[in-house]
Amino acid sequence: MIESILLWAFALLTAPLFAGIIFKVKAFFGGRKGSPVLINYYTLIKLFKKGSVYSTSTTFIFKLGPMVSLGAAATALLFLPIAGHAPVFSFNGDVIFILYLLGLARFFTIAAAMDTASPFEGMGAAREAYFPIICEASMFMILILFYRLTGDLSFAAYFSGSQPFGLWQTAGSPILFVVIAFFIILLTENARVPVDDPATHLELTMIHEVMVLDHSGPDFGFIEMGAFLKMFFYASIVARLILPFELGNPALNLALFSLGVLIVYLAVGVMESILARYRMDRVPKFVLTSFALAFFATAITLEFLR
Amino acid sequence: MTMEFKTISNGEAIPIESIPHLPFDEFSAQATAIVSGGGKVVQFFAFKIDGAVRLMAVLRTDALLAASCDSPESYPALTAQCSPFHMFEREIAEQYGIRPEGHPWLKMVRYHANCRDVDDVFGNDYSEDIPGKYDYYSVAGDEIHEVAVGPVHAGVIEPGHFRFNCIGERVLNLEIQLGYQHRGVENLLLKADSRRLPFIAENIAGDTSVGHSLCHAQAMEALAGIRTDDGSRIIRTIGLELERIANHVGDLGALSGDVAFLPPANYCGRMRGDFLNMSLLLCGNRFGKGLVRPGGVRFPMDDDNRRDLTARISELKPQVKHVFALLFNSPSVRSRFERCGAVSRSDAETLGLVGPAGRACGIAYDVRRCFPTEQYGRLDIPENAESTGDVWARAKVRVDEVMQSIEIIESLLSNPVETEIVDVSENRMAPDSFVVTLNEAWRGELSHCLLTDSSGGILRYKVKDPSFHNWNGLSMSLRNTGISDFPLNNKSYNLSYCGFDL
Repeated sequence: MIESILLWAFALLTAPLFAGIIFKVKAFFGGRKGSPVLINYYTLIKLFKKGSVYSTSTTFIFKLGPMVSLGAAATALLFLPIAGHAPVFSFNGDVIFILYLLGLARFFTIAAAMDTASPFEGMGAAREAYFPIICEASMFMILILFYRLTGDLSFAAYFSGSQPFGLWQTAGSPILFVVIAFFIILLTENARVPVDDPATHLELTMIHEVMVLDHSGPDFGFIEMGAFLKMFFYASIVARLILPFELGNPALNLALFSLGVLIVYLAVGVMESILARYRMDRVPKFVLTSFALAFFATAITLEFLR
Repeated sequence: MTMEFKTISNGEAIPIESIPHLPFDEFSAQATAIVSGGGKVVQFFAFKIDGAVRLMAVLRTDALLAASCDSPESYPALTAQCSPFHMFEREIAEQYGIRPEGHPWLKMVRYHANCRDVDDVFGNDYSEDIPGKYDYYSVAGDEIHEVAVGPVHAGVIEPGHFRFNCIGERVLNLEIQLGYQHRGVENLLLKADSRRLPFIAENIAGDTSVGHSLCHAQAMEALAGIRTDDGSRIIRTIGLELERIANHVGDLGALSGDVAFLPPANYCGRMRGDFLNMSLLLCGNRFGKGLVRPGGVRFPMDDDNRRDLTARISELKPQVKHVFALLFNSPSVRSRFERCGAVSRSDAETLGLVGPAGRACGIAYDVRRCFPTEQYGRLDIPENAESTGDVWARAKVRVDEVMQSIEIIESLLSNPVETEIVDVSENRMAPDSFVVTLNEAWRGELSHCLLTDSSGGILRYKVKDPSFHNWNGLSMSLRNTGISDFPLNNKSYNLSYCGFDL
């Protein structure tokens, strides 16, 4: 249990570091030196030192948004097996609980954005509400597959101990589809290129960034931290799927897991460097690809198992 | 009907009385006939002479045509029959309080009181300083929403107000309200000491310093009867082309950044700096300020400079080519640029688009080819017309122009001609004269028009920046385009706020 909590703390502490690596990769492709790898820590410290400014037209919902989104992301990590170790909490059905906990965070972010009554934020909220619906469909398709493979509905059953390796053993190559589907979900949920552009300053094209335009100081720090944790959450899942090995030694497991997470973040950085962003009306097609992959993975596997 | 408009030359001073002074009805009929027959409006403005207000039109077909008329207090709008007069008539109404009856969209241009102290055509109270105080065009219905952007923007850019009428993500109409940068440039040019004029002219729009100072210098030279030497003409041409390259390269990088494709964005930013530094070598200013003065240039170019510039150009040329290839060969970038914000050729003709924006729609007009000044008459400028009118076409025209400009500079550098340097001097201008100058600045046709009074002072100084034509092109591009593609379209035009606001 102590180890689980330590691993959870490890996730909280290193999430901003991994996000900083994406900047480095993008700077490398752009022929620049780039910001320091620890930039996100500096940003968080800077934000927490500041005061917050609140528009007079906002209500308590606006202040609630950042806290709920950070709280939800931190809670989600409590249920996720990190480095293959048993999570802090686990129960049968926690997968659905976590998915909707993250959904709750999204609801509050959207509500806080709508609360400002800014037309930009309303537009961002509409986009944010639309694209994850498709993600949800592919998430559930993947859950159907995992449930049929393991008979369980908990993250612990999918990703801890020898498990993801077991999934590969039973289902085989269709899991490759699942990895790609998860990666697309990761890009969509975390507002990365080619779905969204985290680097832009153009309000009209933003999805996630535009919803948090009015937040400042510690509130914005909560949102940033929540975003790092959410990214880490999805990256851990992909990392465990691509490096599903159990090395028997917690330290080695953690090193292998960190390597996996690093690979995922590097892949995100490379994607952002070599791809332009899709036009807004093409994004749903891209996200639907993840659903199609998950669907075929499920169809193939279930047919095979029967 | 005989054509009464007088054929004039670019940058040639003529006596005002040699310009046909027509009765209004005939002026109106002929001007609309010329423009309806494919002509375009270069300048159309009002001016006061001997206590009366006159209208002056400079139109272009294959040649430049000019005529004037006495201005009535109100008159049947030319725009009602012929759209290219649209902005010009609004400007006249604002500047001189002359009402064009039946104008389809009589809206203020820059929000200021007219110069004659007559009743305001728009009914505005200018004691309140709010350019955007106006009932915007609006759309009503279910699922219709309105997005207002600016005049204060998130980036460090100029102020302008954009009003989008949208249905979901799709833009039905974009209305652009400018005027926040109005400094009264035309009045300033009237009042200023003549030695200050070149400084004011080159600061009308900071990114078109060479273009504006060139138009100004050519006008002053024509009026004062000064001839420039070959050497200075070559340096001026190099200055104008460097300005074109630096701006096009910067904008292509920004286009790449707007679709989140970072490598070309970074490289272009760096290369823009390299080209600006070549202007720095030429005249000590990265934006070419202080280079052009009436009579010539303020800085000579010696063989060391030529060698240095040639070396820099030959080092940069393959890099520019490589980065443009990287940008244009990426499928994900092409899918963003193609069919985005397309303007049809007929719409472009109606709006009177000029420069790369016009050429992207298939209008090959280029001042450097059609009414050459400086060294351009001896150069071979290609047509550069694209047909699709979308972001891709606008980017493509700019890429082609950058490569051509590099070659132009290379060939001019290989031609060592010495020049006498000049400095600011007081020029005696011919009295009662008229001159219009046109140059192809990087955004397109830039024109200054000067009239002098009986004592050789400036009677009227009219400036027209290419952005005056092209802002409506941006509005047209946004019709039925996703609102998230606005920044991309905006950057593909990258129009001037202060050049428009004057």
